[in-house]
Amino acid sequence: MSEAKRVEEAPPKDHKPETKPKASYSKWLNSAAVTFWSLVLAFIVGSIVMIILDPEVGEKWGYFFARPGDALGASWEKISLTYISLLQGSFGSWVAFTETTAQATPLILAGLGIALAFRAGLFNIGGQGQAIMGAIWGAFIGFTVKGLPLFVHLPLVILVGVAMGTIWGGIVGFLKAKTGAHEVIVTIMMNYLAVYLLQFLLQRPAFMAPGRNDPIGPVVEWSATMPRLAGSRLHLGFLLALLAVVLVWWILERTTLGLRIQAVGLNPHAAAVAGINVSRVTIVTMAISGALAGMAGVNAVTAPELITSFPTQLSVGIVGAIGFDAITVALLGRSRPVGVLLAGLLFGALKAGARTMQVRANTPSDLVDLIQALIVLFVAAPAFVMWVLPFLRQRKTSRTPKPKAVAA
Amino acid sequence: MSTTVIPDAPVRTSKTVESPAKRRQRLSSGTLIAIVGLLLAVAAFTSTGTSRIALSDAFDEIKLPTIEVPAVPVVALAAAVLLFVGGFFVAKRVPKPYSTWLGVLAGVALLVGFIVWVAADAPLPFTLTNQLNGTLQYATPIMLGAMCGVLSERAGVVNVAIEGQMLTAAFTASVVAGLTKNLWAALFAAVLAGVLSAVLLGIFALKYLMDHVVLGVVINLLATGFTGFMFHQLVKDSPDLNAVAVMQPVAIPGLSQLPFVGPILFVQRPLSYIAIVSVVVVWFVLYKTKWGLRVRSVGEHPHAADTVGINVVGTKFSSVLLGGVFAGLGGAFFTIGNSGAFQTTGVTAGNGFIALAAVIMGRWHPVLAALMALFFGFSRQLAQTVGPLQTPMPSEFLQALPYLITIIAVAGLIGRVRGPAADGVHYVKGH
Repeated sequence: MSEAKRVEEAPPKDHKPETKPKASYSKWLNSAAVTFWSLVLAFIVGSIVMIILDPEVGEKWGYFFARPGDALGASWEKISLTYISLLQGSFGSWVAFTETTAQATPLILAGLGIALAFRAGLFNIGGQGQAIMGAIWGAFIGFTVKGLPLFVHLPLVILVGVAMGTIWGGIVGFLKAKTGAHEVIVTIMMNYLAVYLLQFLLQRPAFMAPGRNDPIGPVVEWSATMPRLAGSRLHLGFLLALLAVVLVWWILERTTLGLRIQAVGLNPHAAAVAGINVSRVTIVTMAISGALAGMAGVNAVTAPELITSFPTQLSVGIVGAIGFDAITVALLGRSRPVGVLLAGLLFGALKAGARTMQVRANTPSDLVDLIQALIVLFVAAPAFVMWVLPFLRQRKTSRTPKPKAVAA
Repeated sequence: MSTTVIPDAPVRTSKTVESPAKRRQRLSSGTLIAIVGLLLAVAAFTSTGTSRIALSDAFDEIKLPTIEVPAVPVVALAAAVLLFVGGFFVAKRVPKPYSTWLGVLAGVALLVGFIVWVAADAPLPFTLTNQLNGTLQYATPIMLGAMCGVLSERAGVVNVAIEGQMLTAAFTASVVAGLTKNLWAALFAAVLAGVLSAVLLGIFALKYLMDHVVLGVVINLLATGFTGFMFHQLVKDSPDLNAVAVMQPVAIPGLSQLPFVGPILFVQRPLSYIAIVSVVVVWFVLYKTKWGLRVRSVGEHPHAADTVGINVVGTKFSSVLLGGVFAGLGGAFFTIGNSGAFQTTGVTAGNGFIALAAVIMGRWHPVLAALMALFFGFSRQLAQTVGPLQTPMPSEFLQALPYLITIIAVAGLIGRVRGPAADGVHYVKGH
């Protein structure tokens, strides 16, 4: 959290120069393999936790040596039932599948924001606060402005919510660029400022549902609700998220700004020497990052529920833990737009299936959070995965013979 | 990785020249103090009547008088002091010891002015003992968490995971208390849980070279997922595990009978005493022992430390582990220390992050961090005390104040906050 640290952040994770396409391909393959095995490992650890902590199955392990079949059978049943119901809840039917897309929407949007910041070497922990700002002001426009047609009202809601997310993220970028305040600290604090702002507003008459005394906002107008396919949870938000994937890809790969963002992320000092205005890139990146998180917040207050077809009303926990989930999505997606899309769909599927899993297999839905955290733990520590599964390391050294300096 | 530390601007020996950075900082803090003074001046003219400040509450044995002061002149005076100090900073350079004293003066004026303004014409008196007592209670977990942060960050391991460490410890304490019905066993288990989570932090940060901030975020998520899963699977439906006793306040004989000071300082829950002792212990080990010197050197310049034969990774690891002890104690506060059985609704309530803020505001120094923790506790309790007084100040603002002030401080508007030079930097021998 000092100047020295900022210098140290710069070097890329791998010191090997990417001169030959073959080496680059091998690197990609290796990183894909690590990701795949991280997923496998996370589900294995999840299974172990599940068995150890299940009282009924645990009992059978008590007399394992007398009748091992009992314990193994019960464990297998528990694990398969849990994961099968998880799968059924996320992909088992059309409605389940659309639930997955609905859960994935905010993850993809906010995940893209975090990923974009990562590419510029910035760690945006403030997705939470930015999403809350998007939700507050999106919902506010959604329930105070009345009588507008859908194609005017909904874009207005999105515009305002995204703008507030942009401001909330932009402030961080501004402070970082102008005063050197570390973005990790500032974003954490900005998260809490947003939470308390929300708490404060939810006790003002303008933000309270008519006839209610508890802190909950009014239902947003029909014209501010995302249109959906009838009888499903597939709504416009998911399409917007897909659009955002393309947009972020385009920014990163096809624009000067994207080149600058990546240059600053690789080495801010070199970028400055090359004539890039690092301050401006920092501010713009954080602003775009905040905009995407803000859009995730707008999605939280405009996406229709399955049965009521109304969006969730504004409340203190409206965005959940989206800011932190988004970090996991960006990490699993390796900060690349398509990776974020896939990671968002995976975690969205886990979230969508969690309820079915809880009902059918009697496994607490918290297992999903646990698995999600484990996946990211393993993905972000490839050295650990290679230690557990040595064959991954062997392939790496055999393809690119090099002194073992980087292996640690 | 090679450490390239950017040298600070050359130190000027001449006393007549002020560096631009210092000048900017002096001007910004002066302006900020003056702005706060102006706000208080505006507040002075909107307040009416008298403020009553009670020095003892209804349950105290020795009754102290309730102080009554006219609101307008006192608040106006406080505002004048703030404006004067702010103006002084803007106008002139102030040499070191005097600038600190002026800052303290401004702080006291702000505090007095604010309390008098809040209590002006309120239906109830502002209970000062209550406020101070609650301050220590709110500050207890923040202080302990901050000790964890200080220890790991001084060794160069950025710790965003204090929240998760405390959550794990809170859960463990609750479960063990339910199982054994012994609060000290539960406290021990909480410490163990704190240390275990520190082991996770240490191994992944130091051996597998994971980015410290990513790791912190992941540990927080793991703690939420794991405690939530355990709670729903094993604890929720067991009345036995949910019946958790709470540590009762302990009065220190003799001292607790003192008027005013007694009930504030010497009738506290055990963890508050432990927290205060912890601060002294951490200060002692960091600044007065060989190990502490090593920890600090490893956090500032690991290569130099390695050159003189210090085991860099080992030292970092031991410091992170010791930090885990305090995170464990801090976590225990949220269940057996204060409110009873574990709930999945986030019992730690962001205190780990406030502790991190206290570490930064306290400039990575245990005593300053503890003072910051007290200040944060003060503002949280103020939000509670002010509630029934029907003041125009929304309590959410007071609750958000610590975070706002941290942003202002990190942005360099007040003082310069500078962490250990090699904080968050991986160290691999031979690079």
